[in-house]
Order: sequence, then structure tokens, then C-alpha cells
Amino acid sequence: MQSPQVNMDMQMAWRNVWRNPRRTWLTVGAICFACMVLIFMLSFQFGSYETMINSSVKINTGHLQVQAAGYFDKKNMRRVINDPKPVMQMISAIKQVEAMTVRANTFSLVSSEDRTYGAMIVGIDPAHEPEVSTLKQLIRKGEFLPEKTGSDRALIGSLLARNLKVVIGDELTILGQGKDGSVAASIVTICGIFKSGIDGFDRNTLHIPIKTFQAVYFMDAAVHEIVINANSLHDVAAVKKEIINGLKNIPEGKKLVVMDWDELVPGLTQAIRIDLISGIIFWFLLVLVVAFSILNTFLMAIFERTREFGVMMAIGTTPQRLVKLLLYESNFMTIVGVGLGIIIGCGITGLFQVYGIDMSGASEMLKQYGISGRIYPRLSLITAFAGPVLVWIITIAVAFYPAMKIKKLQPIEAMTHV
Amino acid sequence: MPIVEVKGVDKVYHQGDTAVHALDNIHLSMDAGSFAAIAGPSGSGKTTLLNMIGGLDLPDHGDVIVDGRHFSEMNQSQLAQLRLNRIGFVFQAYNLIPVLSAVENVEYVMLLQGVEKAERRDRAMAMLDEVGLTEKYDNRPAELSGGQQQRVAVARAIVSNPAIVLADEPTANLDSKTGEGLLRIMAEMNERRNVTFIFSTHDKMVMDYAHRLVLLRDGMIDDDRSK
Ligand SMILES: Nc1ncnc2c1ncn2[C@@H]1O[C@H](COP(=O)(O)OP(=O)(O)OP(=O)(O)O)[C@@H](O)[C@H]1O
Ligand SMILES: [Mg+2]
Repeated sequence: MQSPQVNMDMQMAWRNVWRNPRRTWLTVGAICFACMVLIFMLSFQFGSYETMINSSVKINTGHLQVQAAGYFDKKNMRRVINDPKPVMQMISAIKQVEAMTVRANTFSLVSSEDRTYGAMIVGIDPAHEPEVSTLKQLIRKGEFLPEKTGSDRALIGSLLARNLKVVIGDELTILGQGKDGSVAASIVTICGIFKSGIDGFDRNTLHIPIKTFQAVYFMDAAVHEIVINANSLHDVAAVKKEIINGLKNIPEGKKLVVMDWDELVPGLTQAIRIDLISGIIFWFLLVLVVAFSILNTFLMAIFERTREFGVMMAIGTTPQRLVKLLLYESNFMTIVGVGLGIIIGCGITGLFQVYGIDMSGASEMLKQYGISGRIYPRLSLITAFAGPVLVWIITIAVAFYPAMKIKKLQPIEAMTHV
Repeated sequence: MPIVEVKGVDKVYHQGDTAVHALDNIHLSMDAGSFAAIAGPSGSGKTTLLNMIGGLDLPDHGDVIVDGRHFSEMNQSQLAQLRLNRIGFVFQAYNLIPVLSAVENVEYVMLLQGVEKAERRDRAMAMLDEVGLTEKYDNRPAELSGGQQQRVAVARAIVSNPAIVLADEPTANLDSKTGEGLLRIMAEMNERRNVTFIFSTHDKMVMDYAHRLVLLRDGMIDDDRSK
């Protein structure tokens, strides 16, 4: 049970907080504002990271890939998985694997009637690709590759299509080098145009069926990548471990490596880290400003009330009790500010979470990772409370200093203070 | 046995190079139930002497004994405890805690003493009744006149059952009629409850009310007479 003494002290503290309503509201407002900004910023940052990871992983790399050792660095098309079947069988037995597909890549010249560009030709499995990536949903014109094997259809990135001045139904000539070193050439018909928002991807990729790829580039049954999605980001590490173990029992396994999305898109985590660090620096500056506003309020309040403290001490109030009173006051102010900040901050962030924020003006670095169009801040327990808790801790810490000054106060000196 | 004894108290204040002898070898003793005034010109040491008796300030030499306790043998927190339980204070002005109502101000000392909530309220209301402020019990100090505020301060000083009440120029900020009202209340308390009162004052009327008048001059006792 709370002792009645505590109640009286709290009551006094609460009334003291509202003695100078304008100053209190200014301080509370500063705390509230800092919390709002922190909640929004953090939610926005987390939302954009999720978008970045998702667009990179979903459009492109998947959670995990099995490749021939050295393929990732050299992109040498001869470093292949010669026989993907046993590897895929092994992987499909892993519980946390959601989907899997194969791909092959090579660089070739692509010519339309009047232009030629270099492009990354990607062989995909039309039946399984949609289970792993969002490519099918990115089709803006036309349709996805038909599932029947060996078709000579192609999907083209919107920017590449614009550069080549081609539309659905137009034919493209592909000219490159086969796996055995001989000239590889083919003609494909555009059946769909996709747009991911990631400029690099839209500007230089052309997708054709894996069977066509294998035939044109003399690959036999070989592929370059087995792309795997786990049930969620959290399962990636476990799946990776199981695949590494599984590869040991497969004849070709020694030559193969498993890479997760972090390794496949090394710039991504770096970009996230840089963004997070600059965010943290900004938060500290913000919280520092609030801390000084609190400090100022408290020093002023104590200065103005020195006489009152003197009288209180003269009639028997202990310095400890005065310190407690002042700490209650700072806590109340902080609670009001932080509480309002959380409510308003979550409200505003929640609104933007529904409607999104237009990011068409995003920087090139962000665009590279799929940040364009609308970003949706992601409100969570962490984003809602991390900032406010930080504000709380710092303001309480700052309020300690003026409160401790009281301990040095002598009643007579305090009472003669004007 | 006297309730207050001041034995050879010296107090020197240093201000820059000059030393001010605020109290110079003061000997004084007061019996329980006194109603005494300390008078003297400005700067004669009245406030300093009251602060010594109240344990708010310590002498350079000599000792103060209140209710049998020797201040020279006590530390700060023991002194604070003694002030809380044995000494009531009425200052010249701004006595009250601004955020507390009249009755809460009177209750506050009992809160510090650890008196139960229900008892606190009853005793505080009874005390306000004695100083004639029953109707104003819920008003904050800012809503009370100067005289009313001083009456609340007297109620607060007495409610804790102190051995002595020290009042430093309690009427200085009041007009003579209000001042007299306050004095009459204190005189009544003195008679009915046998509470010891020691005032400092410039006020002729206060000196007339006092049963004993101690005159200070330059930190020394110039005259001491009882009536
Ligand atoms: N804290 C202090 N520092 C320096 N000198 C002081 C201090 N307090 C009091 N004095 C000096 O000590 C002397 C006595 O002061 P005191 O306040 O006791 O006088 P007083 O009789 O109460 O005067 P008044 O009638 O004006 O209230 C004065 O000369 C005063 O200037
Ligand atoms: Mg004085």
C-alpha cells in the first residue's frame, strides 16, 4: 500500500508542475515533440529498411543462393552447377524452405531493329520463379513467360525496352558467348515488360526461359544459381547451415557454396548501417536540445523557489524530501511529455503507415535499393518506445543535477535569497 | 527549569575585510510559557539571535539549550528533527507553501512528523478554527490577505505542539489593526496552551503585548525587563 505521505508529496509535485503553466507546456512540448519525431523517424527508417531488403531479396537475390565457388566474384559463366537436381532434392527436404528456383546469367548484346545494348540475360524457370521473386507482379505490360518448355519468349526491363525502342511482340536478337566458348545467338519475342523501380535492374535485364538459355548458351542441364526463400528472414541462418551440411553428401557439393542475402547484396547492410548511424546521431542531438530545455526549466524553478525551500527546510523538511519532491516534478513533466509524444507520434506514424509517404524524389543511393514510389513507416513496439524511453532516461538524468543542488542549501541562506 | 537557555553566544559575520559582531556574548534564559519580545534597532542582531535559538544557525562560541537539548552536541539532521518537533516558526512573510491550501499548510508539519492522515485533518481544522479561518481552509496562500496568511503560519507553528514558537517580525508586513488581531491570537494561545512565544520586533504594539522585553544594541543585551 502506498503511504499517505507519498501521496501528499506527489500532490505537491503535481501542483508545482502547473505553477507556471506556460513554462511547463513549453518543456512538455519539447519532450513531446522529441518523442514524436523519434517515433516517426525510427518507424520510417525501419519501414524503409524493410522495403530495401524486401525489394532486393524479393526482386532479385532471394534469401539464399547455391552457386559454384567463385561464381559470385568472377561471374564466369563456366562456373556452373552441373547437376542441380540432387542439390534441389536435398534442399526441398529442409523444413523451413518455402520455395526454390534455378537461374542462369550471362552478359550478351541485345539488338532491336535499330539499336543494340549490352544486357544481363537471365534464364529463369517460369513455373517456379513466381514462388521466389516478385518478377511476375512487376510485369507492367504484356504477360509473364509461358510455362511450356523451350519457348522463345522474353521479359524485358522497362528502361531497356525504352532504350531499344521496343514494345510487346517485337523481336530481339541476342548475341553472346556460349559456355563452351562458341558463339551463342538466338531470336526472342518480347512477351512482357517489367518495372521494379530499381533503375539498374530495369535498365539492363532480359529474362528468358531457363531451357532456352541452356540451349542457346550450350549449358546442357547446368545452372548458375539455385535461389532459395526461407519461411522468413529469421530462418535464413538455420537453412543455410542445413544446406552446407547437405552439400557434403552430394558429389558436386565440394565445388558449391551457399550465400545469404547479406553476402549477395553487400552494399545493402552497409547502406542500412550508415543510415541508422546518421539517424542515431540526429536523435542524440534532438534529445540533447530537449535535455537543455529541461535543465533550464529546472534551474529556473529552483532559483525562483529558493526562499520557499528555505522556509520548508526551516520548519523541518529534510533535504532528501525536497530532492524527492523535485524528482517527482521532473518525472511528472516527463511522463506528460513522453505520454503525449507517444500518443501523437504513434497516431501520426500510423496515418502515414496507411497512406505511405511519396518518395519519388529519393536519392540515387536509396533508389538503387528499391526506395522509390511510396514508403510505409513501420510502427512496432521498438519504434514506438525506443525513442521515448531514451528521452525519459536523459531528461531524468538531467533533472538530477539541479535537484542535487538542493542538498547543499542551508535554510537561512535560502530564506534570505531574493 | 528554563525552556530556552542562551549561554555566552558569539556570532561574527565576515563581509569582505570587515567583521560584523552580530551577537556579542549573549546570555539569556526563558521560562516555559514566556511571551517575550526582542527589540532593538535594525542590525542589532534580533534575527540572528532568533536563528540561533531556532537552531537554524550555530554560534561561533557558546551554546544554546532548548528543551534540555544542547545544540553544540547535535548534528544537522538532529537539529532539523528538533526544529520539526519542538520549535514552531513564524517568519515575516512568505511563510506558506504556495501550492498547498490553508488547511494543507497546517497539515504539512504533521505530515513531516508522521501523524496519521485523518488525525492530521482534524487537528488542522481545529487549529484553523482557533485562528478564525475555518471558512478559508481550502484557499491557497495567494487567495488570502497578509494577515490571514500570518494566522495560518501561527496555526502551523502551534499545531505540532512545539516547546517554543519563534516569530521574526510577524507583524511587520501588516497594518496595525491586522497586526493587533494576530497578536491577540498569539496571546490567547500563550495563555490557553502555555506555549512559549519569542518575537523579534520593531513594533511598539508588540512590545506592549509582551510580558518580557529584551532590548538588543550592537549584538549585546542593552536592557531586559519583565512586566
Ligand atoms: N549572512 C550574513 N552575512 C553577513 N552579515 C550578516 C548576515 N546576517 C546578518 N548579518 C549582519 O549581522 C548584523 C545583525 O543582523 P540581524 O539580521 O540579526 O539584525 P536585525 O536586528 O534582525 O535587523 P533588522 O531589524 O533590520 O531585521 C547586521 O549588521 C547584519 O548586517
Ligand atoms: Mg531581522
